[in-house]
Amino acid sequence: MTTTQQIITIGMVVLATLLTRFLPFIVFPAGKEAPKYIKYLGKTLAGAVFGLLVIYCLKNTSPLTFPHGLPELISVAVVVTLHLWKRQMLLSIAGGTVCYMLLVQFMF
Amino acid sequence: MHCGKSKYRRALEAAFPHTVPILAGFLFLGMTYGIYMNVSGFSFLYPMLMSLTIFAGSAEFVTVSLLLAPFDPIKAFAMTLMINARHLFYGISMLDKYKNTGKVKPYLIFGMCDESFSINFTADIPPDVDKSLFMFFVTLLNQFYWVMGATLGGIFGSFISFSTEGIDFVMTAMFTVIFLEQWRKEKTHIPSLLGLGLSILCLIFFGADGFIIPAMGAILLILTLLKHPLERRIDQKREKETGV
Repeated sequence: MTTTQQIITIGMVVLATLLTRFLPFIVFPAGKEAPKYIKYLGKTLAGAVFGLLVIYCLKNTSPLTFPHGLPELISVAVVVTLHLWKRQMLLSIAGGTVCYMLLVQFMF
Repeated sequence: MHCGKSKYRRALEAAFPHTVPILAGFLFLGMTYGIYMNVSGFSFLYPMLMSLTIFAGSAEFVTVSLLLAPFDPIKAFAMTLMINARHLFYGISMLDKYKNTGKVKPYLIFGMCDESFSINFTADIPPDVDKSLFMFFVTLLNQFYWVMGATLGGIFGSFISFSTEGIDFVMTAMFTVIFLEQWRKEKTHIPSLLGLGLSILCLIFFGADGFIIPAMGAILLILTLLKHPLERRIDQKREKETGV
């Protein structure tokens, strides 16, 4: 690939990314009332998206082969427990991550 | 009173703690990406400029393989649309919150990665802090971490040997916490449960590389079918809370 072709390729990726981010704001501009259906989605989509993102992070876990997703399962449980108990975002995240690192480096 | 501090400083100080997990995650992931480009034969300028202009992690990783394959701009465009389609959902959710953000609005939308969206959607912004500036600093700091990681990885590349296996779990932990925060606030848990359940189903049926688009379709379909009962639920909850 020539440098020009590389720039065009990267440019296409930039363009497509911009499109996915700006499209909703272009189609439903701030000055105009968005349709009821879109407002409904605006209220309900986020919860579903966060669920999707959690699964997205865990997508390469394979429960059928050793260690059967145990490090992930245990560490997510640690995050949830810490968060329900103390509700300190950084503590929950750090606790879960350290737990996961110890598990994959020393146990599994 | 905050007379001594400018509104910029107050917003930055309120935003920074929210971005600390991302500082850890993005430095690591950004460096992994920079190293990947380095060992694929690209100068550090590539990860630096690509993380600045694309600023979408998974698309940047895929771009490396696009650059190594025969020239095909249409494929580059189509693949990026597929990978980043989830941003459409973020945009629809953010229509309201980004509404009156003024001058910083284009940058907020440009920099709306998974992490910035999640923080800006769920964070409780203190009442004495400018909301637009808070969200601006969240977005800016996150991009700064990512560009710094990618550039460092691109420069030092193969010199770095990792003993940090598993640190990428910081992202999973962060999204889990954000999911719980959303759970605490929402008026009905059905969308959250749908998001988890339908994503797991699609992951089983379509596999790790192809489940996002079917999962998005399934979520959209079921939410649309449930519009009336869900809206009724949300309204009932609101009435109860406000005591009407």
